[in-house]
Amino acid sequence: MKHIIAVLIENEAGALSRVVGLFSARGYNIESLTVAPTEDPSLSRMTIQTAGSDDVIEQITKHLNRLIEVVKVVDLTEGAYTERELMLVKVRAVGKEREEMKRMADIFRGRVIDVTDKSYTIELTGDQSKNDAFLEAIDRSAILETVRTGACGIGRGERILRV
Amino acid sequence: MEINKAELASAASAAATSQELRGAEILVKALQAENVQFVWGYPGGAVLHIYDAFYKQETIQHVLVRHEQAAVHAADGYARATGEVGVALVTSGPGLTNAVTGIATAYMDSIPMVIISGQVPTAAIGLDAFQECDTVGITRPIVKHNFLVKDAKDMAEVMKKAFHIARTGRPGPVVVDVPKDVSFNKTLYTGYPDKVEMRSYNPVRKGHGGQIRKAMQLLMSAKRPYIYTGGGVLLSNASPELRALVDMLNFPVTNTLMGLGAFPANDRRFLGMLGMHGTLEANNAMQNCDVLLAVGARFDDRVIGNPKHFAQNERKIIHIDIDPSSISKRVKVDVPIVGDVKDVLIELMGMIREFGLKPDSQALAQWWETVEGWRSRDCMKYDSNNSLVIKPQKVIETLWEMTKDADAYVTSDVGQHQMWAAQYYKFNEPRRWINSGGLGTMGVGIPYAMGIKLAKPDSEVYCVTGEGSVQMCIQELSTCLQYNTPIKVVALNNGYLGMVRQWQEIDYSGRYSHSYMDALPNFVKLAEAYGHVGILVEKPEDVEPALREARRLKDRTVFLDIRTDPTENVFPMVKAGKGITEMLMGSEDL
Repeated sequence: MKHIIAVLIENEAGALSRVVGLFSARGYNIESLTVAPTEDPSLSRMTIQTAGSDDVIEQITKHLNRLIEVVKVVDLTEGAYTERELMLVKVRAVGKEREEMKRMADIFRGRVIDVTDKSYTIELTGDQSKNDAFLEAIDRSAILETVRTGACGIGRGERILRV
Repeated sequence: MEINKAELASAASAAATSQELRGAEILVKALQAENVQFVWGYPGGAVLHIYDAFYKQETIQHVLVRHEQAAVHAADGYARATGEVGVALVTSGPGLTNAVTGIATAYMDSIPMVIISGQVPTAAIGLDAFQECDTVGITRPIVKHNFLVKDAKDMAEVMKKAFHIARTGRPGPVVVDVPKDVSFNKTLYTGYPDKVEMRSYNPVRKGHGGQIRKAMQLLMSAKRPYIYTGGGVLLSNASPELRALVDMLNFPVTNTLMGLGAFPANDRRFLGMLGMHGTLEANNAMQNCDVLLAVGARFDDRVIGNPKHFAQNERKIIHIDIDPSSISKRVKVDVPIVGDVKDVLIELMGMIREFGLKPDSQALAQWWETVEGWRSRDCMKYDSNNSLVIKPQKVIETLWEMTKDADAYVTSDVGQHQMWAAQYYKFNEPRRWINSGGLGTMGVGIPYAMGIKLAKPDSEVYCVTGEGSVQMCIQELSTCLQYNTPIKVVALNNGYLGMVRQWQEIDYSGRYSHSYMDALPNFVKLAEAYGHVGILVEKPEDVEPALREARRLKDRTVFLDIRTDPTENVFPMVKAGKGITEMLMGSEDL
């Protein structure tokens, strides 16, 4: 089952590699991982999307907590949360495809952020299934390049993760 | 006047602590502030400034080993025997990579250590400099934490954190990597910090009261209770509490390989070690109990065998451990208690007293009857009167008989001899049995013994080993001479890598692939070449006199080359992947 784990970690050199090393050493999955400093520059926040049985997820959160530089760990999927992912897709846009592509971008509330006479670069934000759906909806052969940030998650309402 | 004097004194001491010092000097001051007595190490280019700082101080004894692996093992052995943080010092590149086996060994058994490694100057890091390696990267998976000190001004704080992390919570090794310029550069030193604050590291000590109460209720309702304890009891110095709890409850007890000595082996309530080479009674009780109290143990694969087989019997499990990630890792538990073993046991006993509860004595008597039935099988019996060939078990029993009232430590390497030592030497006190249980590192025996003997010069230190293992760090016999650490090496020499040979006999139809060691050295002459005493023992009747002679030569390191039965196997045995009660009791079961 899919889980999204949010981690507050000291913003120090090598901290990220400890997290990644833990996953590879113990054979856990990383589907996606995003990390950046928070409003407090001494802290980074990570969102890790992973999959596994309840036992495995329990071990993952315990082992993350065991890392000396990890300050807090929350499995967002245990409660209500929202997630967003940014996706940039460069698509071929020539002839009658060009209009169609613009329309599809509009339907998915995407924005065209770069244009040439042969291509569009479309920016989309949403949960991952929405971004997947966009890729499904357009002509596969029109896709020139895709880049996705991976999930970025936050608890709903009063669920707050901070030091 | 009085006030003036005091002011003057404090001003003088401030001046004394606030001074420009090199990173290396601050490092040495940190070790002194941590009351470090011994450092095992090996010099090299990147640590020359540190060695220079060592030259100028007198409180810490540095021991020059012959291989960096042994430096870490010796400091590790010292830590296991004393409970103090063991400290090793190695140079960059190969110095560090040689130390890796030692660090991993300590990590697997949760031993508090600080390993200081030299690094190439900061400006050269990443440029493939001479003797450069990515120390932080290489050691990351085998340390509790590691640091690269980037500036001399960080040295004191990093050292404080390193010692704090190493010895608190679930202990473990911490590596501090020091680039050469950082040890050379001067910075204002204002004294060693007296406390450390880390928002991301606050290990719990006290267990959850509600959970402890649940544990108490389960224990009191048990019909077939069992206490299973591991290395955590020793690490937490909770042996007295464990004994008090068993006195209170009268439940049967077993110890893991790492936990031997936590409960006295000569106590009737002790069922012996459990696991792959555990006793019949210890393993049967594990499988058939209805309430299991696991204390500072981690349900290792060598202990519970096949987890599916283990789960076939219903039982309630209470698990006390300081590391939450050890709980419900291999076996689901019913009452997890995260906390320091000692604190939790004290609270548990307090609660039992407070509630005035007693275990179900009738059920307990019946359970004991069952356990005694298993015990009467006498699974450790062997051909002890053989007059033709030396039985390895007999050597250990003789050693035990001879030293049981002495102040003795026993280290071992890894293999058959290790299991025989664990089975036949009756450890009655904690921290007396020193071996590599988790990583299973051959070659630890001599360095362990050497580390202990330095700290405990009046104690007798025996290294039970085999002719295979002992050659993995035999160069340290030289260190033993230089630092006058007279240890007794009891080598059970059967000419084979015995445990490998045993598995090949049982699982590979006797295809002894590369487990026979041809061209063994003459160990007696080798010992003599290193300046020690060597004794060859070939007959059963010579075992006792040889051990006696080794003991008599108090001030000498003695190497006993004891030629034991090459066909002897370790029994009982649970084959890998089998359930813990699916035991081979002897060669008749093969």
